[in-house]
Amino acid sequence: MTAHLLTELTVFILAVFVGLEVISKVPTTLHTPLMSATNAIHGIVLVGAILVAGAADAPFAPVIGFVLVLLASLNVFGGYTVTERMLQMFRPRAQAPKPPADQP
Amino acid sequence: MPVADTAPASLVDVAYLVTAICFIFGLRYLSSPKTARLGNRISAVGMLIAVVATLAQGIVNWWVIGSALAAGAAIGIVSAQRVKMTAMPQMVAIFNGAGGGAAALVAAGELLKVYGTNTTPTYDVSFTSVLSAVIGAISFAGSIIAFLKLQEVMTGRPITYPGQQVVNAAIALIILVCWGLVVANAPNALAYFWVALAASFALGILFVLPIGGADMPVVISLLNSFTGLAAASTGFVLGNNVLIISGALVGASGTLLTVLMGKAMNRSVTNVLFGAFGAVKPSAPGAAGAKAHNVRSVSADDVAAMLAYANEVIVVPGYGMAVAQAQHSIRELADQLEKKGIEVKYAIHPVAGRMPGHMNVLLAEANVPYTSLYDMDDINPEFERADVALVVGANDVTNPAAREDKGSPIYGMPILNVDKAHNVVVLKRSMASGFAGIDNPLYDDPKTVMLFGDAKKSIDGVVAGVKAL
Repeated sequence: MTAHLLTELTVFILAVFVGLEVISKVPTTLHTPLMSATNAIHGIVLVGAILVAGAADAPFAPVIGFVLVLLASLNVFGGYTVTERMLQMFRPRAQAPKPPADQP
Repeated sequence: MPVADTAPASLVDVAYLVTAICFIFGLRYLSSPKTARLGNRISAVGMLIAVVATLAQGIVNWWVIGSALAAGAAIGIVSAQRVKMTAMPQMVAIFNGAGGGAAALVAAGELLKVYGTNTTPTYDVSFTSVLSAVIGAISFAGSIIAFLKLQEVMTGRPITYPGQQVVNAAIALIILVCWGLVVANAPNALAYFWVALAASFALGILFVLPIGGADMPVVISLLNSFTGLAAASTGFVLGNNVLIISGALVGASGTLLTVLMGKAMNRSVTNVLFGAFGAVKPSAPGAAGAKAHNVRSVSADDVAAMLAYANEVIVVPGYGMAVAQAQHSIRELADQLEKKGIEVKYAIHPVAGRMPGHMNVLLAEANVPYTSLYDMDDINPEFERADVALVVGANDVTNPAAREDKGSPIYGMPILNVDKAHNVVVLKRSMASGFAGIDNPLYDDPKTVMLFGDAKKSIDGVVAGVKAL
């Protein structure tokens, strides 16, 4: 194992603890939006997708690069949109009534 | 590509750091419904920063990347906006699978690049590439099966066959051997990589197949966690910290939720994944076939009368509410009752529905204030004071056998103590038993009445009855 890998592993482990700490404060009522929000966050793999598909020495045919970026992009945009839609619906009692007009 | 640690930090790296901070704050703000939307937007801004920074660093193949980004955005946004709230679990499964598939392809691409230059990858790179590909492919294939089950394209019941565990173990062994060969840089290492990738895809399918619909909250959380870990692992391959940090956050979150869901069913995660719940034969005392039920069936008007003269009503929603899309009708009923000064609360079991918090989001869609929703531990003492517990399409999570009958397969699972309420009204499509084919003695309880039929139609009937009173 290289020193570089060890540094990265350190970052990883610390991030796991930050994740556990932050996530354990999320109330059950928001667990679905939480899943969806973290689902959007792992769309960060889009960065990797762009780096691999967009490199001058891209290792595979453009069509695979296209599929790769498409999948990651779907994950990002879909993930954030769904989360936003869910969170819009959570209202405290005060502002409750009147169904939103944008029901599909 | 890993850079020397002494190289000056680039603007891109700074941007990635900002992204990581945005993600952490985004999740932090999810700790309250009041700030949650802000959190999601902060997180989205972080994503935008990372993507722009990445695009700004000497990318070629612009047309490929641009068109793929646009297509992904269009499909993602449109489908996310059109999907019905009840179909949310499968939507999340699809996006999750897309992320997993992307992670596997990124790892494959990076490894191909190294082999393409006729150099040997370092152990670090080969080890983590296979890791990303394996987890990513499992997540991708598993999510597709989860989607098909949730969408009811295929049966939600567990699919089992003899020797299932042996087959899975054999595939896992193949993956491990190939992984070792790639890391050891054996001749034809690339071929072994493809075998590992294909085997992981197969394993993803096979490991979700035997898991039944009611266990989906566990599977969905676990697959989410897998994709997070796959993303983190591609971060190791590419030497990219923002991928590592974000992946770790998601992996931690998914794991935590998976464990929580397991606890809520009093089953270990291993048991959920490998136990094939539906295959368990209920060992009810002297059970030979279904027990004859002695239930009291009533009309919607009877239920309306019961509710209208109550002081406190607790609604217990389950997956049946989602299937019937009854949440709006329930909200209307609650409005009518509250007009009469009756207190209405909602009892949410942690594994009700098909994903963590599924009931909460459906009721939120129907404008039920989240302050009326109660967790199992908070609401259970309350049932004794409630005049009516209204069970809408929930079964196993209300089964007193989990508390009393040591022979029951769900014995020990924490349940909502619906049977402590003065009266119980159960809305159900028919007397068919719950997911695991377990008898529910609640239905034989003398204080329980049943209202058979589609949950939405039944509730609409009750609403009409309450209005007429």
